[in-house]
Amino acid sequence: MGQADQHHKSALTPRNDEMTLVFPAQPMAVRQALKSSLTGLSHLKLSADERGIVEIVLAEVLNNVVEHGYAHHPGGIVELRIKRCGDMLNFTVLDEGVPLPCGDVPKQPIQTLEGPVEDLPEGGFGWSIITQLTRQMRYVRSDVRNRLDFSIALADTRIG
Amino acid sequence: MELAYIDTAMARVITVNESRIDAAIAISFKDRMRELTDSDANRIVVDMAQVDFIDSSGLGAIVAAMKQVGPTKTFELAGLSGTVQKVFRLTRMDSVFVIHADVASALGGPLADAG
Repeated sequence: MGQADQHHKSALTPRNDEMTLVFPAQPMAVRQALKSSLTGLSHLKLSADERGIVEIVLAEVLNNVVEHGYAHHPGGIVELRIKRCGDMLNFTVLDEGVPLPCGDVPKQPIQTLEGPVEDLPEGGFGWSIITQLTRQMRYVRSDVRNRLDFSIALADTRIG
Repeated sequence: MELAYIDTAMARVITVNESRIDAAIAISFKDRMRELTDSDANRIVVDMAQVDFIDSSGLGAIVAAMKQVGPTKTFELAGLSGTVQKVFRLTRMDSVFVIHADVASALGGPLADAG
């Protein structure tokens, strides 16, 4: 953390099955981080469905960091660690932005979509999507750092 | 933000020529949709076939685009990819939008014959 440069450091290999990406908290850098993550996972030969789940979850988690954690600190740095453990992908996201409200992952009630079109929500979907697609969500705030750990189960992983 | 449109006898068809509608372009998507849906056409069909991925910001922009159109016109989607469909299902927005398999089925025939 702190001294990260503008480039992604990708190092997931079949040998260690681990990857770390460090990037600035900006929307286009998040786009690139998603692309790098999926490239780094390509040797796992994930199904299209699994790739979609990984990309959706990472997009929501990382956009939250950019839009909320670092809302007033656009030069912030994000670190994403991915490790495969058997049929689980374990993720860790680290940032030094503001803590999550209430000190934990929001437990959102499912939004109502009833009523007229003009009352439909245009946001607030992120944590609902994340919690539906992940397991073992754990948030820790220590000193100035946020750490979010979560896992995605791989149904039918084929190691290439 | 690459959006194109064609007016047929049935509807204004807006084609999203982007592979992603995400946080990086959600605001420009919403603004451009406002320009393109501000027409006399009372039916809008958005062709999403080239969109591989949306995040919740992109979904919010699509909802906003429907709200901008107002209650006197219809706003429909066509050609959602697998990952895009998944985001609609997870947020239950698939129950809110009229979603067609593709533009041809939305218009009841091939686009080339509809105008």
